[in-house]
Order: sequence, then structure tokens, then C-alpha cells
Amino acid sequence: MNATVLEVRDLRTHFGQAKAVDGVSFSVARGEVLGLVGESGSGKSVTGFSIIGLVDPPGTIVGGQIVFDGRDITSSSREEMRALRGRRMAMIFQDPMMTLNPVLRIDTQMIEAVQAHENVSRADARARARDALGMVGIPSPDERLQAYPHQFSGGMRQRVVIAIALLHRPDFIIADEPTTALDVTIQAQILAEMQKLVAQNNTSLIWITHDLAVVSRLADRIAVMYAGRIVESGPVSDVLARPLHPYTAGLIDSVPSRNQRGERLRQIPGMAPSVARLPTGCAFAPRCARADAMCTQAVPLFPAGPREHRCVHPLPELRV
Amino acid sequence: MTAAVVRRLLQAVMVMLAMTVIVFIAINVIGDPVDILISPDADQIERARVVQALGLDLPLWQQYLRFLWAALHGDLGESYVYNEPAIRVILQRLPATLELAVSAILIAIVVGVPLGLYAGLRPHGILSRVIMTVSILGFSLPTFWVGLVLIMFFGVQLGWLPSGGRGQTAELFGVQWAFLTKDGLAHLILPAVNLALFDACLILRLTRAGVAEVLPLDFVKFARAKGLKESRVIGVHISKNIMIPVVTIIGLEFGSIVAFSVVTESVFSWPGMGKLIIDSINVLDRPIITAYLMAIVAFFVIINLVVDLTYTALDPRVRLQGEGP
Repeated sequence: MNATVLEVRDLRTHFGQAKAVDGVSFSVARGEVLGLVGESGSGKSVTGFSIIGLVDPPGTIVGGQIVFDGRDITSSSREEMRALRGRRMAMIFQDPMMTLNPVLRIDTQMIEAVQAHENVSRADARARARDALGMVGIPSPDERLQAYPHQFSGGMRQRVVIAIALLHRPDFIIADEPTTALDVTIQAQILAEMQKLVAQNNTSLIWITHDLAVVSRLADRIAVMYAGRIVESGPVSDVLARPLHPYTAGLIDSVPSRNQRGERLRQIPGMAPSVARLPTGCAFAPRCARADAMCTQAVPLFPAGPREHRCVHPLPELRV
Repeated sequence: MTAAVVRRLLQAVMVMLAMTVIVFIAINVIGDPVDILISPDADQIERARVVQALGLDLPLWQQYLRFLWAALHGDLGESYVYNEPAIRVILQRLPATLELAVSAILIAIVVGVPLGLYAGLRPHGILSRVIMTVSILGFSLPTFWVGLVLIMFFGVQLGWLPSGGRGQTAELFGVQWAFLTKDGLAHLILPAVNLALFDACLILRLTRAGVAEVLPLDFVKFARAKGLKESRVIGVHISKNIMIPVVTIIGLEFGSIVAFSVVTESVFSWPGMGKLIIDSINVLDRPIITAYLMAIVAFFVIINLVVDLTYTALDPRVRLQGEGP
């Protein structure tokens, strides 16, 4: 159960001067769900694309290792990466309206995904596609295979996408905010479905999101990203109950809840820095009430039991 | 689907009908064929007899109805010059123009689409910049001038290719075709390349613009994330999405080439419809002009119909709209 499936070590993905991802390390165990949390531009999606080797140019991985299956795949050839993608690792995107090709039928898009990695007949591939659709809860899958994406609702499309991701029972799936574009009720259904499916297949899941509520329901562990770095990570219940990094605390406080009815919503003052001009030292320091001179030095990762954080003045108090 | 096609066909008929009015009136306003057809020293009686035989003494609306009635029976009048039914004269010349147009459009597609894909996939490459710059030249240079340069270079200086006429022909389905013989094919190359140049550049630029638009979309990334080969991502996922504007232009341009290959046919003395129409205008051979215009209109209407049907094959979302109320 606890074998490591994927280990990212000191990953650096830069777009010219912009250090979108700058020294990210984490690992995912088999069957584990990791929540990768952060606001827009924190580098969480770029981290995901780096792992599957699909960073858009001019972005390039300039340093670090991504160890999968015992080897560093940052040095793999294009063809080796292609053979891994979709078979051993899959990715799901944010907007199901945009993920499926609008002019190709669902069966075409699923059969090609099967045949990209296995030498099977069209009929067999089609049967696999139909079973996969049935598995993700799409009614009358045989008929729906003939349909085009625009004939599905958003939630159904995301189910199709999930079915495609699961076709080859990959070792891990990277889900890049797959429920953000959906209605809340559909969101809950998809979350439950996803949770069930990865548990059944013992698939690891990296769930990229800015939604702490989703992470608290779904993830085993959480890693909080800020300006291209992980600032805090640990078991999800610990981190959300007692954040050590002031940014994590700010993020948690920003979530509207029923307990704060009538109060002004809290927010983190200031703006996230541009990854093209990061301050030396802690990137969060300019927005942080606890910051002092020490924060202008480079901040290492401090271990704290099963957790890690990147703050010289971690929050001590117990939060309720 | 069927309803959409029927509706489309009805529209086509209306267009044709409107066109007969325009063509008929336009043709009857210019010049007087009597002056051309009858020798100046014919006497008054002879003159009146010819005018009556051609129906030129009737009021305009009656002439139109007669024309329309005859046209419905496939009779667009008899050429004053060739003394043959005009439609037959046109149809005799049609294969020559058709094979020239088809060759040109095929060259344009074969050259334009791959280069456009390349330039779209590597927008910053040096080769892409070269392609794009050359393509601007391609559709800015006047066709007749490019034709003359081609003749000068390949016909006169190098002597590789013949520069005029249609060469030998061979029969297929009862029609003479040049592309079936080696000599005819050699004669076809220069005019076809000349005609293709503009459209190749147009198709190239459209393809490139389409790729640039589609490439950053999620479904392309997802196709790659599925582990598809790059050839399939480009050949199926990208290509099918950019084909609608390209097919539209191919359809329209094919019609234009057939209709307005006048210049190229004149430069290369290609015995097609374009050359025929120029000759006929010079001698005011009205039935030929009318038949030519009607044939071209019919041609355009058919091409547009085919293009519309192709849309539905390319994009399922179009199909749904066609089925709507």
C-alpha cells in the first residue's frame, strides 16, 4: 500500500525569467490522494504538466527529478513519455466543455485512447470504452458512445473524461481542478465517483485545486503552493486544523463559512508576487503580518513530524 | 437532415431564377447583334427576316419568357458564330477548364495545407517565417505576370515545359482529356501552377491561422495526455477542427477558378471556357455569353451546396442546427 508511486524532487520549471515552479518536492504513495492547493499562478498546474511532460513552450524543466517507476522521467525521450501518458499516468482538465474534441464522436476519442497503447481490435477497444463509460455511471453507454461531446451535459462530459483517464488503469491521475467548472451538486457527485474509482483501482491521485473544501473531503495529504514553491505540506486534517505557515492560515481564513455570518469576509492583504520577480527569501513575506528581517533570507524546508513547512516564524497557537 | 437539403435546393432554384433575369437583361442591354451578324449591304427585307428569326423584334419581357422557356428545355440559343447550340459549345470547352481548375485546386491543397500546418505548429521557426513571407508575395503578384514569368523561365529559358495549348488529348467517358497523355500533362503543368499560386497561399494562411487558434485549446492537450501519437493529434484532432474555413475557401475558389480562369487561359492559350467567353464577348455572341453565365451560376450553386453538406460531415454541431425548426 505504501510504496511510493511518484516522487518529485526539487522540480524547477521556468518560462524564461518566470520561475513558475521553483524547487517543488513531494511524493505520492500508491492509492494516496494528494491535494495540491494554491491560488492562480502559484505553479500547481505547471507542476502537473511538468510531470506528464506537456509543459507548453517556452516553458522547460530546468532542474530537478521526477522519479516514476524507479527512474527519472525528466530525461525520457518524447516517445517514452508518450508511451507512459494515458497508460501509466493520466490527466484530467478543468473545463470538460473544452477537454473533448468537439468534432469527434465519443467512441472515436475513446477507441484511439485504447489503441494508442494496446494492439487491440476496434471492436475490443470499443467494448473497453463501453465498460469504462458504464463504470463512471453513464447510462446506456452503448448509445452514448455514438454521441458527440456537445450532446452531453458538463457533468457527463467530465465523467467521459474520467472514463478515458481510467481506460488503462494508470498508476496515478493528475486532476487539474476537474470540478471547478461544474455546478455544486454535480461537483459532489463527481467527487464521490472519483473517490470510489481511485479506491477501487488503488490509483494515486494528485488533485490540483484552490478549493480547500474539496481537498478536506477528498485528500489524504495536502501540499500548499505559493509562488512556485510548496510552503507547507502534511496530513490534510492536521494542516487544515493547525496550519503552520501564515499563508495556509490566510487561505483557510479566506473560505467563507457559516460561522462567520454577517462578518466581513477575511482576505489576505496584498497580491501574489509575479513569478518573474520573486523577492529573495520568503515570497509571502511582503503580505505577512509576522514577517521580519529574518524572512528576507532564503527559507529552507523545516520538518515538523509528518509535516513540513517553509516559515521561520511558524504559527504556534492551536487553532479551533 | 433531408429537410435541410430540400430547403437548400429550393434556395438554389431561386438563385438560378434570379440569375436568369439579371443575365437576360444585362445581355440584352449591351450592343445589337444584328449589326454584327448581318453584312452591312444586306437589304431591309433580309434584315427584318433575320431579326424576326432571332425573335429580336418582340418586347423584352416576351423575349425573356421565351428565353426562360427554352432554357428550361436545355436550349440557351444557338451561337451566332458557331451555328451550334450555345450550351453544346460551352460543354465542349468545359472539360479543358475543368481539368485545369481541378489540377490547380489540388496543387493548392497539396501545397497549402501541409505548409500551413507546419507554419502553424512552429510559428517562430525560421522556415515558417520564410513560408509566410513568400505567401504574401504569392497572392499579391498579378496572375498574368506570374504566368508570363513562368513561360519565360520554364518555357523559353529552360525549355522544359510547353507554354501554350493543350497538347495531346485522350478520350474518357466520351470526352477529350489532356491529363491522360504525357504530352497533355506537360502542357497542363504551367497553367495549373499559375492558377494554383494564389489559392495555395490563401489556403496556407487560413490553415496556419486555424492551427494557431486550435493549438492552445485543452482538447489538443488532452489528446496528447491520452498518449496519442503526434501524427494523430495533428492529422485528426487539429486538422478536423480547422477544416471548415479551409473547405469553404476551397469551394469558393474552385468556382472562381472555373469562372475566371480567363486570364490564365489567355496567357497559356488554353482552349477552355475562359478563352471562349473572351472571344464571344468580342463578337457579341449573346447566346454563348448567356449560356456561359448560366453554367457558371449553376456551377457556383452546386459547389456551395456541396460545401454546406461537407460542413455537416465535418462538424456535428452544424448538423443539429440544420435539423432545427
